[in-house]
Amino acid sequence: MTPAEIKTAIESQFPGSVLENEDLAENQVELKGEQWLEMATFLKNDPNLCFDQLECITGIDTGEAGPLQTRYNFHSMEHRHKIEVVISHDRENPKVASIEQLWRIGDWFERETYDMFGIVYEGHRDLRRILCPDDWEGWPLRKDYEGQEDYHGIVVPKIKEEEEWE
Amino acid sequence: MGVLENRFKDNIIVASLDKFLGWARSTSPWYFQFGLACCAIEMMASAASRHDLERIGMMPRSSPRQADVMIVAGTVTMKMALRVKKLYEQMADPKYVISMGSCATSGGPYWQHGYHVLKGVDLVVPVDVYVPGCPPRPEALIEGLLKLQEKIQTERPLTRKTA
Repeated sequence: MTPAEIKTAIESQFPGSVLENEDLAENQVELKGEQWLEMATFLKNDPNLCFDQLECITGIDTGEAGPLQTRYNFHSMEHRHKIEVVISHDRENPKVASIEQLWRIGDWFERETYDMFGIVYEGHRDLRRILCPDDWEGWPLRKDYEGQEDYHGIVVPKIKEEEEWE
Repeated sequence: MGVLENRFKDNIIVASLDKFLGWARSTSPWYFQFGLACCAIEMMASAASRHDLERIGMMPRSSPRQADVMIVAGTVTMKMALRVKKLYEQMADPKYVISMGSCATSGGPYWQHGYHVLKGVDLVVPVDVYVPGCPPRPEALIEGLLKLQEKIQTERPLTRKTA
């Protein structure tokens, strides 16, 4: 199926769930986050879609004015088609349903996105940091992130942007 | 030699105990086998047959208890820094540290924007020899190890230090 046909299939099953977003490419689709678990189950189990492979989950910070996003890359071994799903989150309270129990690899992908962006995946059975230490402060890949200068007594002086070329 | 000449039979060497200990220590500094990033590949290449670190008495040990030299080979993240410190503390005296490559020495390419990278391993453990490079070739590492051996030989472990 082409990406347009996949979008139509999702729209017909979940009316009003596909959002318009001009910034997205042809193979990307933005969905509403409310029914995400049901939609993901549909993507996986529908015989015409049959997305049996979750290739990647990652996050994007679109800047101060924009939302945080989670992006999912799905691929179907059966039909050899793929789609990228975009879900936007409120910056203050980013959360969405976890799909960790549908695709097991989603476990670590969601932990990584949680680690870097602070997006909470509700229903994840073991949601804790995966790369940073457990007691790390802040969400490193957010645009407003300020690195910590002191970690367990190790003081690391921050090198400021202006000093770079002087 | 004067008075000592021809006073002993063959195969007897007369030296100060300090010097003898320095010689013994410097000729077999076993290094702690752990790598943190791409520098570890060069360290492995140094230990393998082409460069063969065992020529100069260096032998990899997998336990800090048996190692004399810690080669910090690679990027030290904040998470790893605490562990590097712990491993250093587990080594028995005398112990030495080699900072291999620009990451371990100063943070390397992560010196400005690497929020999670320690800007030099000398912030957590004392370093004896710095080996520059990104990563240093085996020749450079061997040069650093020979420098360390020179340094060990000049130590006087039995001589009382006066303040």
